[in-house]
Amino acid sequence: MEAIGVWTAALATIGIVSFLYKDNVLYRICESVFIGTSAGYWFVTYFWDNLYRKFYLGIQDATDPNRFFLWFGVVLGVLMLTRLWGKIGWLSRWPLAFVVGATAGLYMMTFFVSNAMRQVGATIMPIFRGNLPAIIDNTVLAVGVFCGLVYFFFSKEHRGLFGRASRVGIWILMITFGASFGYTVMSRMSLMLGRFDFLFGTWLGILP
Amino acid sequence: MKRTMIALLLMAALTAAIGRAQENPAVDPVPAASPPAPPTNVVAADSPDDPGRSVTVRWQVSADDGAGMNNVIQYKVFRGEAAGGPFVERGVAPSRATVYVDKGTEAPNDPNFFPNNTDLFYKVAAVNVAGETAESEVAGPVQAREQWYNVGRTPTFIAVIVFTAFTLYFIARARKKADLYIRPLAGIEAVDEAIGRATEMGRPMLYVFGLGTASDIATIASVTILSRVAKKVAEYQTELIVPCYDPIVMTIAQETVKTAYYDAGRPDAYKEDSVYFVTQSQFAYVAAVNGTILRELPATNFYLGKFFAESLLLAETGALAGSIQISGTDEVAQIPFFVVACDYTLIGEELYAASAYLGREPKLMGSLKAQDYAKAIIIICAVAGVAASLFGWTWFVELFRVTN
Repeated sequence: MEAIGVWTAALATIGIVSFLYKDNVLYRICESVFIGTSAGYWFVTYFWDNLYRKFYLGIQDATDPNRFFLWFGVVLGVLMLTRLWGKIGWLSRWPLAFVVGATAGLYMMTFFVSNAMRQVGATIMPIFRGNLPAIIDNTVLAVGVFCGLVYFFFSKEHRGLFGRASRVGIWILMITFGASFGYTVMSRMSLMLGRFDFLFGTWLGILP
Repeated sequence: MKRTMIALLLMAALTAAIGRAQENPAVDPVPAASPPAPPTNVVAADSPDDPGRSVTVRWQVSADDGAGMNNVIQYKVFRGEAAGGPFVERGVAPSRATVYVDKGTEAPNDPNFFPNNTDLFYKVAAVNVAGETAESEVAGPVQAREQWYNVGRTPTFIAVIVFTAFTLYFIARARKKADLYIRPLAGIEAVDEAIGRATEMGRPMLYVFGLGTASDIATIASVTILSRVAKKVAEYQTELIVPCYDPIVMTIAQETVKTAYYDAGRPDAYKEDSVYFVTQSQFAYVAAVNGTILRELPATNFYLGKFFAESLLLAETGALAGSIQISGTDEVAQIPFFVVACDYTLIGEELYAASAYLGREPKLMGSLKAQDYAKAIIIICAVAGVAASLFGWTWFVELFRVTN
């Protein structure tokens, strides 16, 4: 049984990777199986996690005084399904509006705290504190934040001094992205080695 | 000779035995330690600025904390619903600690359930090395209550009010047709060119939202851009393919594309199947989109929204198929991949700006302008803050301190 699993995984790996050559039958088979099984898996997961565990069991939990609010989610869910009937399809916009509006409201303070206040608070520091490397660090941080914000200022044309600050900002961004890219590529290489180890070790058994 | 050897060996053995005895002198058994002195002045109070479910317990350390044979190694905090108990251990604080925040959940069935508006009693026990404990007096009653206003977030509240005022002001100006300048973005300038290319080549265009849900700001911004792209597609009679990861995003995308076709005066050209759901499994979704790219060979790919590890896989496949690629995301870790594999990339907030730039909706324009002015204020505050901290004016720095 284990051998069947290993063979299936190995063929699926080869099938998916084969798209690097060109679109082919093996890739299409693997793609369809992958999509089909994942869609089925998530359907079952959502059914048991949401409809059964959260709603069906939750509504029966007499110790929870807020359990009747669960019906609210069910009503919104049913309204989503009205899309299937043309005449009342407009009702499906209500749950969408609720989701988007409620989330925007809830995130407003969170975003302000994390993306504005804490960022400003972290930037404000005495630059000339500590030894030379610390002073350089602080200076790069302060200049980087300043120039980065200038780059993302859309109301003014990036020319002259403003344009030069913006250019420094994009340079700092690109250096950061370069470092991030290198770091992530290394982790992807590690994933690829893992697959090769499976193919040549577990499957073919030619690795020591 | 033999006797000398034996004598030497005996002497060596004797020396070694004496040495060992000196290294390990006989240890007296641990004297029977008495329990440590208990912590004193235990006070329990509702934790401030929270939605309840939390009580802060403070005490003065035991007299044996940090000195003597009865050195205290930790404090155990107990909670009960009556002064006489029974008490349940809620947590442990290290030696020298004088505060413990007892938190819990709101789920009644959770073992860590913490009731709001219920009388609670606390006591703290000092524990010494020998494991002996001495309990404090019982403190309480105290009730955990939810607060409607978080005092620690007052600076944020003021910032929100200022930002909202800016937004409303600029929306009003945009509605009055004021000329609100937004600098051109290369990625967005390229949209029309990309659509024209698809039309000339007779190939479809692919629009990918990534893995975002309807509640992600990047997805919402992307929907606005899709609206513009779909309208152009309808005008040029090009084919549009929108494979979706999230069913709610799919619904929104269908509505958007349909409306765009109506606005372009070509409702008959709208195909229900052009916007479709794939799966909610990340890499299965990637496999499907990659397959679509390889089979359909779209002239232009848009990757605008929330992306994670799939960003490079999609962009690389698009590059392999020879498509023009326009990307944008606010996921900082994924931007580098788009930068290397796509022709145009909208970096972070440029994605939001693009939606306003294309839509020219007063609300979006007003919001973008307000963001710009908020950024200007942030720049001024940051520069002033650095200067203030150089002069040691800590009060200015404290304005930006958010407690929780």
